[in-house]
Amino acid sequence: MADEARKLANGATRIDFQTDPSRWKHWKLSFDGDVATLAMDVDENGGLFEGYQLKLNSYDLGVDIELADALQRLRFEHPEVKVVLMRSAKPRVFCAGANIRMLAGSEHAHKVNFCKFTNETRNGIEDSSEFSGIKTICVANGSTAGGGYELALAADHIMLVDDGSSSVSLPEVPLLAVLPGTGGLTRVVDKRKVRRDHADVFCTIEEGIKGKRAVDWRLVDEIVPMTRLEETVAARAAEFASRSTRGGATPGVTLKPLDRTFRVDGIDYSLVTVDIDGRVATITLEGPSEAPPVTVADLAAQSSDAWVLRIARELDDAILDLRNNAFEIGTFVFKSKGDGGRVAAWDDFLEANKGDWLVNEIRQYWKRVLKRVDVTSRTLVALVEPGSCFTGLLGELVLAADRSYMLIGSFEGDNRPAPAMALTAANFGPYPMSHGLTRLENRFLATPESVEALKGKIGAAIEAEEAEKLGLVTFALDDIDWADEVRVYLEERTSYSPDALTGLEANLRFAGPETMESKIFARLTAWQNWIFQRPNAVGEEGALRRYGTGLRPTYDMRRV
Amino acid sequence: MADTINVDYSTKVPNNVDLANDRQVLRALESWQPNYVEWWKDMGPEGFQNALVYLRTAVSVDPQGWAKFDYVKMPDYRWGVLLAPKEEGRKVNFGKHLGEPAWQDVPGEYRAMLRRLIVIQGDTEPASVEQQRHLGATAPSLYDMRNLFQVNVEEGRHLWAMVYLLHKFFGRDGREEADELLRRRSGSKETPRMLGAFNEETPDWLSFFMFTFFTDRDGKMQLESLAQSGFDPLSRSCRFMLTEEAHHMFVGETGVGRTIERTCQAMKAAGITDPNDISKIRELGVIDLPLIQKKLHMHYPLTLDLFGAEISTNSANYYNAGLKGRFGETKIEDDHQLTDATYPVMKFIDGKIVEEHVPALTALNMRLRDDYSADCAKGVERWNKIIQKEGIDFRLELPHQAFNRQIGEFAPMQATPKGIILSDADWAAKKDDYLPSRDDLAFLNTLMKQELEPGRYAGWINPPKVGIDNKPGDFEYVKIAA
Repeated sequence: MADEARKLANGATRIDFQTDPSRWKHWKLSFDGDVATLAMDVDENGGLFEGYQLKLNSYDLGVDIELADALQRLRFEHPEVKVVLMRSAKPRVFCAGANIRMLAGSEHAHKVNFCKFTNETRNGIEDSSEFSGIKTICVANGSTAGGGYELALAADHIMLVDDGSSSVSLPEVPLLAVLPGTGGLTRVVDKRKVRRDHADVFCTIEEGIKGKRAVDWRLVDEIVPMTRLEETVAARAAEFASRSTRGGATPGVTLKPLDRTFRVDGIDYSLVTVDIDGRVATITLEGPSEAPPVTVADLAAQSSDAWVLRIARELDDAILDLRNNAFEIGTFVFKSKGDGGRVAAWDDFLEANKGDWLVNEIRQYWKRVLKRVDVTSRTLVALVEPGSCFTGLLGELVLAADRSYMLIGSFEGDNRPAPAMALTAANFGPYPMSHGLTRLENRFLATPESVEALKGKIGAAIEAEEAEKLGLVTFALDDIDWADEVRVYLEERTSYSPDALTGLEANLRFAGPETMESKIFARLTAWQNWIFQRPNAVGEEGALRRYGTGLRPTYDMRRV
Repeated sequence: MADTINVDYSTKVPNNVDLANDRQVLRALESWQPNYVEWWKDMGPEGFQNALVYLRTAVSVDPQGWAKFDYVKMPDYRWGVLLAPKEEGRKVNFGKHLGEPAWQDVPGEYRAMLRRLIVIQGDTEPASVEQQRHLGATAPSLYDMRNLFQVNVEEGRHLWAMVYLLHKFFGRDGREEADELLRRRSGSKETPRMLGAFNEETPDWLSFFMFTFFTDRDGKMQLESLAQSGFDPLSRSCRFMLTEEAHHMFVGETGVGRTIERTCQAMKAAGITDPNDISKIRELGVIDLPLIQKKLHMHYPLTLDLFGAEISTNSANYYNAGLKGRFGETKIEDDHQLTDATYPVMKFIDGKIVEEHVPALTALNMRLRDDYSADCAKGVERWNKIIQKEGIDFRLELPHQAFNRQIGEFAPMQATPKGIILSDADWAAKKDDYLPSRDDLAFLNTLMKQELEPGRYAGWINPPKVGIDNKPGDFEYVKIAA
């Protein structure tokens, strides 16, 4: 049971990451000047899959997809918002965390990708606090347990009602024999800097910690009596709003539904095409067909049709769709087509106008999309062929790949010129990886001076042999070797154990330092995924399987 | 110096747990006690803290002479820590640890679960004192006033019993929880009591009697199932508490019974035979039987809610762990582990009320509630006997389990007392036919007048057949002027 695919509710055939406020079942978004209230009101019977009820504001991936959509709309459609109040619309409970019956009945791959997505969404909340000035205040009006507290942890400020029973808790270890898998452990010690022994106590107390001790131990920022809650929330919202760098009277940009068609063997978007062949998905990105706008007002007028925003949304959706609906596809091959010069022009436009709110939101979004690519547990390959436009921003995908191949010269009978890459300012700062380095810095950990030297190449067309020499691609191949080398590589790659590859890639992709964000994926998620496989959690007598039956789990008591 | 305090203190707290030699718990109780007394003065019976009340005080656990009666000012009441005698060789009688020796100390793996059970039980005890604190002002007699105060001080003692367990077995967390028990207040917006029914007002004496009949009976069921606990100190505490709880239900059952009897007799004297001739009956200054039925409609569902969701993981965990058993566990003949057993539960599915068989382990709340309902039904029948004896054509009935519920399967829907499903609009239109209306409560309030003359009773209630401690009818149970 635990490793069979669940049936999607209402006859759905795939998990869809696109939604809009008219379709939300679980969240309510309201506005009062520069303060937005995002209220969680989970529809018990609105689960993504059949077979469980989402009681007490517990969530599944469907609830989180709506949350991600709400946050994205706050960023783009509501530039006036400086503070988001994360609240519950249910009395005496903020959020009970991820739904246990959903977890217990989900196949392993779904659990892992569910956690990955929820982590990305919470990281995004923090990212928008730091780089967009959207401050989040969590109002914990009751039980705030497990994933519920992890959601609270993503906020800038946590308020807990002081009524003698409302508490924050991470009961996963004692109750379920798993970890708080959405950044809980890392954020408790890294972000909130809870002392490690206090954190140990906290993570093993099923009912959690309330009142003064929750403040003393830094688990929440303040406790508030119920009768003074609303005035305190209003005061805090005003305080955070006054400190926010965001805002202005600028109208937002409406995120229109994506132009998207599913085929048996792929997905067609307006600028992104996914072609599936066996266990390989080729993702082709199309460069801009026109020059970038001249002014930021022109950009705003293009709205969500602007090339740079549209392609980000389409690539984001394609990655999420493949990640969650096509587990057997082990390799993503990135290709591009178009005019590299126009990509460079867009990069220059974005760089020149980075102080504009919309440009900023677009750049932050691209940063998150590229990070999503980085943590995707599929082999990433980039093929730089004639007609491609892996320049600047799009060139980041080549740098993100586990391996990249570039053609020397042209294919026989193809009169297009030899492919060239080009660097722009986009490769030197605005789109760092989750561990804080740019993809170039990550690539040249041994020779930081190479990164400096590459700055001198900005704008220059770099053909294959030079690209290989500079270290921008793995191999430069000529026409004679190309087809065979690429074929053999892909065949070999797809023959390896997918688990070993996931581990290999995750270890090699992030060299050097760590940040809280990278730790969440590299350490916490890895441990969680191991625990999710172990009989102590998911075996017949394991804690997840026995949850709700009243039977105690039986553990294999040997330490590993 | 410490010895003097010890001796002094242990004479103040009657106990059979050798507190004098248990310095750790003694210290904890010492620092808790002044807060408790302060709470009692703040939240206990209003206006009667200096009255001398003829109360029974538990002084021993010997079934022959466990209590003695005397006049006492309530704040000076000797709240004691008393556990039922230890049974040698007692075992865990159900769940995973069936047949193992009962635990004398808290098993580490169940520490959190046990603490939660004790805190939830403990939270209800002071709550009812808070809910009832204004009732002295409208007591229908000194006898009833004394019974109210007896119930109150004993609920206070039950709080002591739970606090003792928290202090004795749960270290610092236990002491903090004990403090929280005094901090939460019934009906408070800031720090409400944990369970819904304990945040409702007890506005009048009919509600008080209904509360002691219905809600204290829930208390009895909870104590009965905790008395089965494999954690022996909890079992022994609850067994002794049950001795006291019986009196509370007696107060409720006879209180409603005496009210019914008075109504029937007044109707007969006035030549009224139709129990629904409400305006005429109310002119007599007695409570019409339909209003008594409405009060019953209010209190019974509220108490059903206290049993929690019909299907409950927590209660399954408690049972499997050997911490909370079934009513009369040791008298039930089965495997006491509920390995394959099922239990029927009524559910609300696709707009219909249907019966489903679910694993018995997950339906323990439902089972305890069924035992409770059967117990209630017997008491209601005794009330019906009174009506019958007086020759009035009326029957009191327990409403269907789907009626007016806030928790569990039937919380999202509305139904009549007979269990017929109603639309929200129909419910709004008919609600006042089932539950006390504003007018009903206003009428009831006109009857709630204090009667302080020894031996005299308010006009809506009959005197009891026998006095407390066999005292004569004009005995002064409460000396107000003291």
